[in-house]
Amino acid sequence: MCLVCQLTDVIQATTIKTDRCSLLQANAIELSYLNTKVIADLSIEITPAATNIIIGANGCGKSSLLKTLARVLAPDCGSVTLDGKDIHHSNTRQVAKKLGLLPQGPITPEGLTVRELVSQGRFPHQSLLRQWTREDEKAVAQAMEIADIVQFAQRQVDDLSGGQRQRCWIAMVLAQQTELILLDEPTTFLDLKVQVDLMNLLAKLVHDSGRTLLIVLHDLNLAAAYADKLIMMKNGQIVHHASVEQVFSSANLKQVFDLDVDILTDPRSGRPVCVPRYFSTKQRLETSAIAV
Amino acid sequence: MNSKLEQLKQPEKLSYSLAVIASVAICSLLFMLHLSLGAKPLSYAVLYQSLSSFDNTNFNHMIIHNIRLPRALVAMAVGASLSVAGAIMQGVTRNPLASPSVLGLLAGASFAVVIGLGLFDITSPLYTPWIAALGAATAAILVLAIATAAPGGATTLNLTLSGAAISALLAALISVMQLANEDDFDDLREWLTGSLSGSSLQSFYYIAPIVLLALTVAVLLSRKITVLGMGDEIAKGLGVKTFGLKVQLLLIVIVLTACSVALAGPVGFVGLVIPHVIRFFVGADYRWVIPFCAIIGAAFLLSVDIVARTVISPQEISTGIITAIIGAPLFVYLVKMKLR
Repeated sequence: MCLVCQLTDVIQATTIKTDRCSLLQANAIELSYLNTKVIADLSIEITPAATNIIIGANGCGKSSLLKTLARVLAPDCGSVTLDGKDIHHSNTRQVAKKLGLLPQGPITPEGLTVRELVSQGRFPHQSLLRQWTREDEKAVAQAMEIADIVQFAQRQVDDLSGGQRQRCWIAMVLAQQTELILLDEPTTFLDLKVQVDLMNLLAKLVHDSGRTLLIVLHDLNLAAAYADKLIMMKNGQIVHHASVEQVFSSANLKQVFDLDVDILTDPRSGRPVCVPRYFSTKQRLETSAIAV
Repeated sequence: MNSKLEQLKQPEKLSYSLAVIASVAICSLLFMLHLSLGAKPLSYAVLYQSLSSFDNTNFNHMIIHNIRLPRALVAMAVGASLSVAGAIMQGVTRNPLASPSVLGLLAGASFAVVIGLGLFDITSPLYTPWIAALGAATAAILVLAIATAAPGGATTLNLTLSGAAISALLAALISVMQLANEDDFDDLREWLTGSLSGSSLQSFYYIAPIVLLALTVAVLLSRKITVLGMGDEIAKGLGVKTFGLKVQLLLIVIVLTACSVALAGPVGFVGLVIPHVIRFFVGADYRWVIPFCAIIGAAFLLSVDIVARTVISPQEISTGIITAIIGAPLFVYLVKMKLR
């Protein structure tokens, strides 16, 4: 362990948490995969009771960051703390009561019904002595209601459409009843309508029950529309981290994605929308020349 | 809300519990049938007498106690062990073709026993399960290593192929041992086809507690197997220590396979087919899959053994041969349906 990490550990140990909401922090973490640095000296504090969205180009380390924060990957150096306690050295089942994770492309076991799948979210709350209770029953019923999948309860998950299946997985994470929910590209491969429905559902969770969401998203406009805090990543580091209004600018998007965009404002929500410059000026001149 | 809660209650739970009771009843019936049927059919009255007031001068009582009872008990232990081992392997690897026979564990265990007997002259039944376990573990690691090294990694196809390769190699080596030393291997020849004849209560009493322990641990871990089936990341997110769990489950699989090989030789296809049958009816919740596999696996091998003992009576066929005759077409069906 490097000296900087040890120092941060000491500082971390002396910090006293007073906030009631679960606080997830990364302190100077580094992560390598096959000798390539994926995350380099990264520190972050996830804003509680808000929708935090990570965006960044392919391979920028956003998925790796999410997995490290969810203790699925262990950092080479530095630490991730949940309410001040090192998450990688805590009782993993206790952590699972506070932090839920929906990774990319979870596997649907053949023959599992929707209800059985959602019930798995109660795993951290159960033990050999404490089997299925009314509380578990209630949590599963509520989660299915919120995700609007009650009508599928007895159907097999692998018979459902992509969007319905994704709602089942979200219900499973909801049944876990954690303050923090981490989701890795939950809207990928879904129709636009389903994407919007799903994001509305998640935004409602933050609004109604004060949960903390951390979502990796691919779609920039979806991110701009729903984020309270936007985290922009490049080359394993956080480049910008602030409210959408502050960071969702054409200059920043050029810096992070090397993408030329114009930023417009959605008249209904007041949120920024980016429109890529689909043709370069030169190309546009050529096309108009052909048209003439 | 309340009516919806009611509607959401698990209707399966009650029916599954009833089905467990029914399965146990069927298994007990087959057990009685197994004891009474055979070269010399015995009435249930005789059966009852021999179990309640054993008379060691009565020839019928001797048949039941010395031949049929050990055999029935061994059939149940082997059927339950192999089915549960197969279910765990299929659940953890998410590979529909995983089973002790297909992935070479049975061959590894048998080879180790043959080596122990042929080269080191170890005949004591006390050591057989542990030698078999060593062989099963070595074969499992070998098959996994070969499949991992192959292009594409440990996929269903690579695992199945390397399992087939290792099984074939070990079968050839066993044949070499047999040819080199025909007299010593006379007794082994039948054992190597998966035979329940000549089962003794002595070795059963030694192995049964190990089997029971492994089955109990399997039932206790069953909830985690379901979670593991949804992928390592989901499992870790729910608070499962995936690596430790996989090691524990591998150990259970090896112990169960080794015990059944020590009891009856390599009985193929039970571990492959029974879990599929159970999942067809019960689904993918391993809290139910594991217990049902144990009970139905035991019942299945009991009925197979009844057939093995009666179909060309007074001669017998090896039980393993019959499971292969039943299992091979089902295996082809599974390849066709599940290995896309």
